[in-house]
Amino acid sequence: MSSPIVKLVAQRIALGILLLLAVSVLIFAGTQILPGDVAQAILGQSATPESLANLREQLGLNDPAFIRYFRWLGGVVTGDLGTAMSSGQDIATSIKGRLWNTLFLAFWAAAVAVPLAIILGLIAVRYRNGWVDKLISGLALASTSFPEFFIGYVLVYFFAVKYQIFPGISTVYDGMPFGERMQAIMLPAAALTLVVLAHMMRMTRAAILNVMQSAYVETAELKGLSAFAVIRRHAFPNAIAPIINVVMLNLAYLIVGVVVVEVIFVYPGMGQYLVDHVTKRDVPVVQAVGLIFAAVYISLNIIADIAAIIANPRLRHPK
Amino acid sequence: MADKQPKSDILLDIRNLRIEATVYPPGEPPKNITLVHDVSLTLEKGKVLGLIGESGAGKSTIGLSAMGYGRGGVRITGGEVILNGRDILKGGKEGFRKLRGREVCYVAQSAAAAFNPAHRLMDQVVEATLLHGTATRAAAEKRAVALFKKLSLPNPESIGERFPHQVSGGQLQRVMTAMALCSEPDLIVFDEPTTALDVTTQIDVLAAIKDAIRDTHVAALYITHDLAVVAQVSDEIMVLRHGRLVEWGGTRQIIKEPRQEYTNALVSVHEIEHQEQKPGTTPFLSVKNITAAYGRSHIKVLKNVSVDIYPGQTLAVVGESGSGKSTLARAVTGLLPPEEGTVTFDGRPLANRLADRPKEDLRQLQMIYQMADVAMNPRQTVGTIIGRPLEFYFGLRGRQRDARVAELLDKIEMGKGFIDRYPAELSGGQKQRVCIARSLAAKPKLIICDEVTSALDPLVAHGILELLLELQKEENVAYLFITHDLATVKSIADSIAVMYRGEVVRYGAKSQVLTPPFDAYTDLLLSSVPEMEIGWLEKAIKGRRMASAGN
Amino acid sequence: MLDIKRIPIPALIGLVLTALFVLAAIFAPWIAPYGNGEIVGDVWGPMSAAHWLGTDNLGRDLLSRMIYGARITLFIAVLATALSFSLGAILGFSAAVFGGWFDTLLSRLVDLLMSIPTLIMGLVVLSVLPSNLVTLILVMGILDSTRVYRLSRAVAVDINVMDFVEAAKLRGEGSVWIIFREILPNALSPLVSELGLRFIYAVLFLSTLSFLGLGVQPPDADWGGMVKENKDGIVFGIAAALIPAAAIAALAISVNLVADWVLNRTTSLKGGRG
Repeated sequence: MSSPIVKLVAQRIALGILLLLAVSVLIFAGTQILPGDVAQAILGQSATPESLANLREQLGLNDPAFIRYFRWLGGVVTGDLGTAMSSGQDIATSIKGRLWNTLFLAFWAAAVAVPLAIILGLIAVRYRNGWVDKLISGLALASTSFPEFFIGYVLVYFFAVKYQIFPGISTVYDGMPFGERMQAIMLPAAALTLVVLAHMMRMTRAAILNVMQSAYVETAELKGLSAFAVIRRHAFPNAIAPIINVVMLNLAYLIVGVVVVEVIFVYPGMGQYLVDHVTKRDVPVVQAVGLIFAAVYISLNIIADIAAIIANPRLRHPK
Repeated sequence: MADKQPKSDILLDIRNLRIEATVYPPGEPPKNITLVHDVSLTLEKGKVLGLIGESGAGKSTIGLSAMGYGRGGVRITGGEVILNGRDILKGGKEGFRKLRGREVCYVAQSAAAAFNPAHRLMDQVVEATLLHGTATRAAAEKRAVALFKKLSLPNPESIGERFPHQVSGGQLQRVMTAMALCSEPDLIVFDEPTTALDVTTQIDVLAAIKDAIRDTHVAALYITHDLAVVAQVSDEIMVLRHGRLVEWGGTRQIIKEPRQEYTNALVSVHEIEHQEQKPGTTPFLSVKNITAAYGRSHIKVLKNVSVDIYPGQTLAVVGESGSGKSTLARAVTGLLPPEEGTVTFDGRPLANRLADRPKEDLRQLQMIYQMADVAMNPRQTVGTIIGRPLEFYFGLRGRQRDARVAELLDKIEMGKGFIDRYPAELSGGQKQRVCIARSLAAKPKLIICDEVTSALDPLVAHGILELLLELQKEENVAYLFITHDLATVKSIADSIAVMYRGEVVRYGAKSQVLTPPFDAYTDLLLSSVPEMEIGWLEKAIKGRRMASAGN
Repeated sequence: MLDIKRIPIPALIGLVLTALFVLAAIFAPWIAPYGNGEIVGDVWGPMSAAHWLGTDNLGRDLLSRMIYGARITLFIAVLATALSFSLGAILGFSAAVFGGWFDTLLSRLVDLLMSIPTLIMGLVVLSVLPSNLVTLILVMGILDSTRVYRLSRAVAVDINVMDFVEAAKLRGEGSVWIIFREILPNALSPLVSELGLRFIYAVLFLSTLSFLGLGVQPPDADWGGMVKENKDGIVFGIAAALIPAAAIAALAISVNLVADWVLNRTTSLKGGRG
């Protein structure tokens, strides 16, 4: 590994950390400076002025905003995410199991969606402008138009209610055997896969087509290489970076999809936890979960950028 | 016909070749167009046939048909391509694969794009040889190194270890030639291999290609739009136009005694008689000691440049890419305010920044661009494009304006009928003419012409140059003519400034600049311009004093 | 002028469906057979001659709810799109033409906003803001204007460096002529098709928020909210929730088809005709 790459990667990571800090400010500001009184929200309209004042004192709401921000940030860095207002539980403890559940669901959805999308994308390129290709772009158009809950409830309606193959409500608990757990997440994972699949396919297709149209692919064809060898030796090495980019972008979509899908299937993950506490206006939980989602999203983008840097021969072999 | 023995030493015999493509015009049903109409040619072993023509002549399409290849949906629909005694069109996909990279190899116009950025050069050079199993890797690499040496590449032993982006354009073009020669094919198709290169680099690559062809006894189809270039390397030349054969004959016959009018036009295209005007007593625009850089960079793109322009005359600024010639134009227009130095106009200093110049000064300096199609707003009609300066500078409206627009259209030899056309509905030459009319509409003293003919086919460019000279006589307008093409300079200039790496290395009246003794760079530049003369290349290479800029 | 016979069939289907949805929304009180909140039958009654789409979780006529739902859905989505578009396009163009610190500041701010998924940021903000229509439209419009900003800035920057704009600057034209006569006419077609995509996104975003219970509040309901109201019926095999969900999909697909056609039509014309 040569020095410009190390430098660029370090730069990208530093930039990511900076961005994450800025995002934490944004999330904090978004929940603190906007109108709305947390103490009032907790105690309701009938609260007495004394109890409101007491609670404000107790929550540190009387301190200036930037002090509260640094107190909060200090907690986040040391793993203390604060206490949920609605239940009084420690947020970090509640999140741990849920984060694991969400990652488990997202992992299996990605494990199916990513290879499937790449294979289908390759097929679309191989038979471009044929019916397979047209079908794929049609599906992509449709899938960008479908709300996640439409896909989710159609799956529930047919697979859980009509044919009763998989459960329509995905209950999981600690110590649940792997097989049962897989059975439970089958439908939400399928819904998530469908949410990102068509889009990922279309973007993979575009990325490969872009490479296939370059002059060096023509050179390879004019050397007499077979279609397969052209793709394997000449198109693929140059398509890796754009494909990784596509995958990361779509995994980021998956994060958004997970929120809705968890609500549909009553799956005990981060998304459902977030939505619940937005409804309860439980600000500390919303801040913490929002920050975690943002961190995952930003990390995926950084990974995509780093992959592009590493895959670029101009940077790997400088002049 | 496969059982037939190869006749004498005919390598390639193309008979009545017909090539078609499907186009999809917007809003209309797709239709078939014929790109090549029943063209026939034969090529003997070890000979070089030049295919020449303007864009759309079908020359690359014919060249690639020798490999059974159609670019982007192009189909061979009729005729026979007989290579080494068999019709390759009957061999199917498998047959094509066996001949490509073994019997026939290809050298593309832009080697920089044609090499895969992800692999080392050596792996790409020997790939075809290994694929077809004609040599072991060690033998192929040894052969490649020998070819690198023959093509006078620097460090022939180690250049194969490099990646494409680590090697200059001129060198890559030679590596690509080595790649084509490595599998010892019978035929190489050269598709404009030197067109993208600077003129002083072109001559080296050309000489290297010529030597390599001679020493390896390979046959070649050499495709180019430049007759002077093809005259250096070919035994025979075939002139094509709109996919049809115009003339086919020996090189000497084509360039010395062309039989067709079109060929004659191509041969005589460079010759415009232009009587040099003596500089007047006072220049109306003088550039004094200008130094300029982009952004806050320390690299100066212009270093202490001084030139003068006299009323009604042409100053040609000539140089290769990176010489700073276009930057000089930007400094004069005020788009790039110089760091030091002044531009004097009519005896008073011109503001450095565009924003500080009064409207009257802006009117006096007009500009014409290289790419006419992006120099005009695609959403405006020709009438609006030419009429706007009339409104803007002279306040002409309505009928008065239209009358003047019609007059200007007349001047550029286009009728009134074009007034409602959009740029997309014009040909390349017509677009450039409209740009000329737009600048004339301001009645300027000086028009800056930035490579205005380099994107055009030679005959069209010729017409534009004649028009510019004619307009100069009528309107007494001066030109600052920026170009890389010395032939153009000879046709149009009264005085010449030769630029090299941001400096003016030679400056004076045309006759004086073009008369020896020369400085080293001007000598190199002048000697690198291909002349329509058999044996010019050898003479030029022998007489050089300085290595080209591309090496 | 447009020739109806030359519109491709998918685009025609899209146009007709979109028009139907819009008409239903505008004339809701005259078209809907029953009132919006009127309880007219059993809970989750089946489809019948009286109730074409059956009844909902409270025994209200589903068809009537759908028609009124179209009204709310389209109303909010149109306003949010208009906000995001005017805000994003004006700031994007200004950033491209003026450049300098204005451009840098805005672009960094947009980068920051776009580094959080829109839904997550929307949820964070909605957790503290009062739930009403104005908040909803503002949040949706502002969050989505970042995308319009990026596109219009990119388009304008591309055009701003073209030779014909340079020629206008050399002629001495002012920035009004340059923005309105040189840049805008050339930026229009990508922006128009983006308008369609932004509208679809607004419909989907609104439906998602309402489905999560954070959008339109009961007793009013947009289609997303109707999915939420009826979702418990699914486990009993009652498809009432699927109908508004399918309506959202149908609306989004129709607009997509139209936007696709507009984009193809304008990009295939390089010049100024049409």
